Amino acid sequence: MLIVAILVIPLAMTIVAASFAWRPWIGWASASSCAAFLGLGIWLSVTTLSAPQWALHHSFRADSLSAFMVVVIGTVSLLATLFTPRTMGQEIASGVTTARYARHYVVLMQVFITCMLTAVLTANLGVLWVSIEATTIATTFLVSHRRTDGAFEASWKYVILCSVGIALAFLGTVLIYYAQLHAGGTVHSSSLDWTSVMSVAHHLDPNVTRLAFALLVVGYGTKVGLVPMHSWLPDAHSQAPAPVSALMSGVLLTVAFYGLLRFRAVAVAALGPAFPRALLLVVGVASLLLATLMLIAQRDLKRMLAYSSIEHMGLLAIGGAVGTPLAIAAVLLHILGHGITKAVLFLSSGEIYHLEGTTEIAKISGLLARRPTLAGIFGFGLLSLVALPPFSLFVSELTMARAEVDAGLWWVVAISLVCLSVIFAALTRHARHMLMGAGPGDATPSTLRASVAVPLITALVICVALGIVSWPLQSLLTHAAQGVMP
Amino acid sequence: MNATYISALELAAGAVLLSAVMTLWRRSVRSIVSMLSLQGISLSAVAIVLALHEHEHALLVTGCLVFVVKGLVVPALLRRVSRLDPRSRESRPLVNVPASLVFAAVLIVLAYVVGTRITALSATSATHLAPLGLATVLVGYFMLVTRRRAVSKIVGLILVDNGIALVTFLLTSGVPLIVELGSSLDVLLVVVVLQFLMVSMRHHSDTDRLTEMKALHD
Repeated sequence: MLIVAILVIPLAMTIVAASFAWRPWIGWASASSCAAFLGLGIWLSVTTLSAPQWALHHSFRADSLSAFMVVVIGTVSLLATLFTPRTMGQEIASGVTTARYARHYVVLMQVFITCMLTAVLTANLGVLWVSIEATTIATTFLVSHRRTDGAFEASWKYVILCSVGIALAFLGTVLIYYAQLHAGGTVHSSSLDWTSVMSVAHHLDPNVTRLAFALLVVGYGTKVGLVPMHSWLPDAHSQAPAPVSALMSGVLLTVAFYGLLRFRAVAVAALGPAFPRALLLVVGVASLLLATLMLIAQRDLKRMLAYSSIEHMGLLAIGGAVGTPLAIAAVLLHILGHGITKAVLFLSSGEIYHLEGTTEIAKISGLLARRPTLAGIFGFGLLSLVALPPFSLFVSELTMARAEVDAGLWWVVAISLVCLSVIFAALTRHARHMLMGAGPGDATPSTLRASVAVPLITALVICVALGIVSWPLQSLLTHAAQGVMP
Repeated sequence: MNATYISALELAAGAVLLSAVMTLWRRSVRSIVSMLSLQGISLSAVAIVLALHEHEHALLVTGCLVFVVKGLVVPALLRRVSRLDPRSRESRPLVNVPASLVFAAVLIVLAYVVGTRITALSATSATHLAPLGLATVLVGYFMLVTRRRAVSKIVGLILVDNGIALVTFLLTSGVPLIVELGSSLDVLLVVVVLQFLMVSMRHHSDTDRLTEMKALHD
């Protein structure tokens, strides 16, 4: 019941948004629908602690991992949709968009959110693929929303690269299904259900599973933004409207990573831990290194945030490679912390773009003197992003490092530490220029509207709270991590 | 009966790969689209032959779906694009046509080398043909990487997708119907999205400059 309600709420909101012309109340309604399914998601996580929930003749299944992902999607969607009325109002006022496209925007945002929820709640690994592929279609139009040359190029690149990448994931899924059909010599089950795949996972043919998992890592890795198929990410994130970037970076990447976590469990059961670990370590470390290099000399604010997403996805892949319950729990906490932090940063960078008219780092300076609240939010967001205590990313990165040491991966800890220090230095240098550099003239400080400041500050407070006391989440995280243990 | 089944299956699966190689050979968009249409129809023939042989009703439905989507609708959409854009002829591929065909031959050998490791799991007359699908996927990738025009990139994407569908039919007699429905719809939507983007970009500026993806960089 709960699962059906979670899916029906954004779907109903899609229909509402499609049937009325754009008005600000539609934006507020879509934010309240996100708040509603977030509430149900929290309830769902409590119920899944005792047993997984099923819905609609076993088409949908929620264990603690699914419920946790619903909470992450709900939190970030709520933040992003709270900015819909403001973003659309600004864009219509400045002639960037029209009421017609504002309506498209709201509908597509709702479709996008519904697809992500379907992806994490479906019981079927094939439907998981279909939902993730469907997010590509919705987000392509959201990336091209501004209809500039840059936006069209970014969305073209996005749809071509992601379709190709995700096609590989489909081939991987098909090969898993083929291995499943022949597991143990008998036709065991003719569905791609997560539970039936896991029940025969130990008997899957190693040769086929190895190829399948490699295809899945590259395929879903494209959507996650992992090297070598990452190149769409900085373009799409820098060209999309800020709330769309917030949603894409904050949750879309990690929903695709959720797919990888599920298949990792299948691969570990069939092949043992060595092969999945090696593969995920290679893509994870490569992503981390690439992001570090690109962040050092980054000139654009939104591209800087996009490369930082690649960095954090690399960290998630490394955590997934380690694969112990502790590491997976840390990965999940990292998913939540990164989602909230990145949403705050993209949304405040949207405000900065609106006020300053540019996202070039060199042209933004002295924000702290001129716009103290906004600069404060952005500055604290960056501190959270570079994982300083007491923010939750510090806790999750520390826990991941501990899990890596436990697994004997000292060299990975060393590389991560070097990369993270370089990134810390690079981001503080960029931030110092933007926040404290000499501003243009002696403009009087302007204040930020409460409707903008309150959600962002609340989100940062949540990040701090998660970093100091993780007890409300601890049992959920360990339970969710157990769910993807082979 | 069995001999007819095997030769029908071989003929249809071979036609899928052959039409993929032909798209590398032909330059004009019209004939490339005809090749794609032929490929879609051969693909649906594979599904239908398999369905009749194994008495699988779901697969029969899938075969008809593939016929409509990949044999008729997608080629029709592409034909419309090529009418809109008279310059859509592939004038300067990164790798010329004779070299492309040699590469295609290498890719087919590669597909067989990889494919035998997969088909070893269950040796039937259908799974033996699976490398043909892998080869189609590789040819599709080759097209995506070496062709500059927007239309050619879409064609490459469709080749990849058809190749994967062929592997799916031959190895597993089709994935569950809901997944098959979803993936067919997705392909159709991706083509619609790409077509929309091409048309809107043409109103804005030089499509080719954008699809070569050079403006946004670090």
